[in-house]
Amino acid sequence: MSLDMFIQHVFNALTLGSLYGLIAIGYTMVYGILRLINFAHGDIFMVSAYFVFFAIALLHLPWIAAVILAIIGTAAFGVIIDRIAYKPLRDAPRISALISAIGVSFFIENICIVLFTGVPKPMPRYEPLVTVMQFGNIRILPLAIFVPVCSFILVAALIWVLYKTKPGLAMRAISKDIETTRLMGVKVDNIIGLTFGIGSALAAAAGIMWALRYPQIHPFMGLFPGFKAFIAAVFGGIGSVPGAMIGGLLLGFMEIMIIAFFPGLSGYRDAFAFILLILILFVKPTGLMGEDMEDKI
Amino acid sequence: MKFGKKFALAFGLVLAMAGAAMAAGTVKIGVYLPITGGNAVGGGLELAGVQLANKQIPTVLGKKVQIIVVDNKSDKVEAANAVKRLIEKEKVNAIVGTYGSSLAMAGGEVAEKAGVPMVGTSCTNPLVTQGKKYVFRVCFIDPFQGAGAAAFATQKLHAKKAACLIEVTEDYSVGLSSFFERAFKKDGGKIVAKLNYQKGDQDFTAQLTQIIAKKPDVLYIPANFAEGAIIMRQARELGAKFKILGGDAMDNPEMVKIGGKSVEGFSFTTFAYAPEMPNMNPTQKAFTANWKKANGKKLPNALAACGYDAYSIIIDAIKRANSDSPKKIAAALAATKNFPGVTGITTINKTHDAEKSIGIMQIKNGKRIFLTVVNPK
Repeated sequence: MSLDMFIQHVFNALTLGSLYGLIAIGYTMVYGILRLINFAHGDIFMVSAYFVFFAIALLHLPWIAAVILAIIGTAAFGVIIDRIAYKPLRDAPRISALISAIGVSFFIENICIVLFTGVPKPMPRYEPLVTVMQFGNIRILPLAIFVPVCSFILVAALIWVLYKTKPGLAMRAISKDIETTRLMGVKVDNIIGLTFGIGSALAAAAGIMWALRYPQIHPFMGLFPGFKAFIAAVFGGIGSVPGAMIGGLLLGFMEIMIIAFFPGLSGYRDAFAFILLILILFVKPTGLMGEDMEDKI
Repeated sequence: MKFGKKFALAFGLVLAMAGAAMAAGTVKIGVYLPITGGNAVGGGLELAGVQLANKQIPTVLGKKVQIIVVDNKSDKVEAANAVKRLIEKEKVNAIVGTYGSSLAMAGGEVAEKAGVPMVGTSCTNPLVTQGKKYVFRVCFIDPFQGAGAAAFATQKLHAKKAACLIEVTEDYSVGLSSFFERAFKKDGGKIVAKLNYQKGDQDFTAQLTQIIAKKPDVLYIPANFAEGAIIMRQARELGAKFKILGGDAMDNPEMVKIGGKSVEGFSFTTFAYAPEMPNMNPTQKAFTANWKKANGKKLPNALAACGYDAYSIIIDAIKRANSDSPKKIAAALAATKNFPGVTGITTINKTHDAEKSIGIMQIKNGKRIFLTVVNPK
C-alpha cells in the first residue's frame, strides 16, 4: 500500500470515526446520568436531519439558520419524549424505561414513514463543508476536519457543563442517587429534562453532519449509526464522555483499516470489527475509559 | 343415481360444446394481470400492450384469436384463482401474465400442474420459471442485466479492466455482479477488484480507495438507487475518474437528487425499449406508431412492450407448432430463437428465460436518456 493511499484511508477513518464518536457522546451522557440506554437516540438523530431538510425545503431558510433551528427543535423533541415516555416510569424498574425507549424508537420510525414516506430524501448540501480539498493524491472533505474539531469542542463544552455549572452538579448528583438529590431541593425532573435536551441537541449535531457526509435522509437512517455509536460508547466505557469519543474513533479506524489491509474481508467488516471489540472487552470489561461503577441500591 | 346420470349427461354436453367452439376456430389466450390493486399501473400498461398485439395479429392458423382477461387484483391468491379459472372454465390454449414475480409464481404453479403454457411479461425473479416445464417469460431475469452491462462495457466503452462493488446481503446485487463478471471475462476483460458491503452501510470510502488504486476502466455497482448514489458521490469525492455502471434498481429520480453532479454519465441497464429511444428497429417503430394510434397521447413504455411481446411470442409459437394444443405450444415456445420482439431479439434459453437485447440508459445533465441497445453474447 502506498503512503498516499494509507493517508487517504486515515482521513476516511477519521471522518467516519468522529461521526460515530459524536453520536456516542449523546448516548453515553444520558446513560451516565440516568443509567438509561436511550434506544431512541438514533431516531432523534434522524429527526434532526428531517428538520434541516424541511427548514430549507419549506421555509427556505439559509443553511446555518436551518441547522440552528434543527438543533433547537430536536432538543425540544428530546425533552418532550422524556416527559411522555420516561417520566412516568421514573420510579419503575430500569428495564421498564428501557422497553419504553425501544417503543419510542419504533414509534418515531413508523410515524416518520407515514409522514415522510420511506423514499430517501436528499440532504441539502452546504458547499463549504463538502467541497473536496486536494493535496497531491489525497482528497479530503473539509467535513473530515470539521467533524472531529466540532466533536472535541462539544466534548469540552459538555465536560464544562457537567463539572463547572450548577445544573451539571445536579446531573452528577442524580447519577449517584435520585432520591437524595430530590431531598436536597433539586428539581429532578427539570434537570433530567435538561439532560435529554442536551443529549438530543448532540444527536442533532451528529445527525446533521452525518447527513452531510451520507446525504440521504430516510426514517431508518438512525438505525445502524445508532447501533454503531452504542457499541462505541460501550467500548469507550459507557458513561464516560471522552471514552465515547475515543471509542467512536477506534471503531471507525477498525472498520476502515480492516478493508484497507484485508480487502477480501470487505463484506464482513462489521463482524471483524466487532470481534476485535469483544476481545478488548474481555481484557477490560468496563470499556477503555470506564470506571468500575458501584451498583446503586 | 338419476341425478348422477343427468349430471354426467350435462357435463358431456358442455364438453361437446366446448369442443365445438374450438373446432369452430377460436384460439383462446388467457391474460391475467393486476388491473386493480397495488400493481395496477404496471398491469394496465401491459394489458394495453396485449390488446394492441391482439389487434395487430387477430388470427393464427386461420383461426380467430380471442383474449380473455382476468384481473388478479395484485394478490397472490387471486392470481392462482385467475389462472385456474382461465384453464378450467375458459379452457384457454395459452396464458399471458403477469406483472410482479410473486403473482407469476402463484399463477405459474397452477399452469404447470394443468400443463398449459404461460408466458410471463415482466416478472424478473429467477424463481418464476425454476423447475417449470410450462412457464416461460419474455423478459430477462434480473441477473442477466449483468451480462448486458458487461456487453456495454466491452463493446461500447472498450473497457479492459473492471471492478465490482457488491451488496453481499442482497440476491439482486450478487446475481447481477456474477453475470457481469462471467460475461466481462468472456469478452477478454479482467476483473481487477471485487469488494463487498452490507445492507445499511453508508461509508464506502475504504472500498472505493482500494478500487481507485487498481485503476479500473469501469466500476460495476448493482446497487439500490440510494446506496448507489452515495457510492458514486464518495467515488467522485475520492477522485475516481472511471465510468460507473449499474442495474435497473438505480432507475429512480431520487438518485440524481441524492447523487447530484456525481451521477452524471452513470449508465444502467434496462429493457431494450423506450418510446424516446434512438435508432428503433422496424418492429419497435411499428409498435410505437400503432400504440399512438390506439392510445392517443399516453406514451407506451417497456411494460406495454413486454405485454405486446408476450402475446406475439405465443402466436409465433402456435405458427411454428402448426397446432394450438397447449403441449405443442409449450414445445415450440421452448425452441424460440431470435424472435424479433419490441423489447429486442429474444431467444428462450434452457431455463425458459429470455436472453435478449438490453437497453442502456445514461444520466445526462441530470436527466436520463436512452443511450443505446446492446446484445450480450
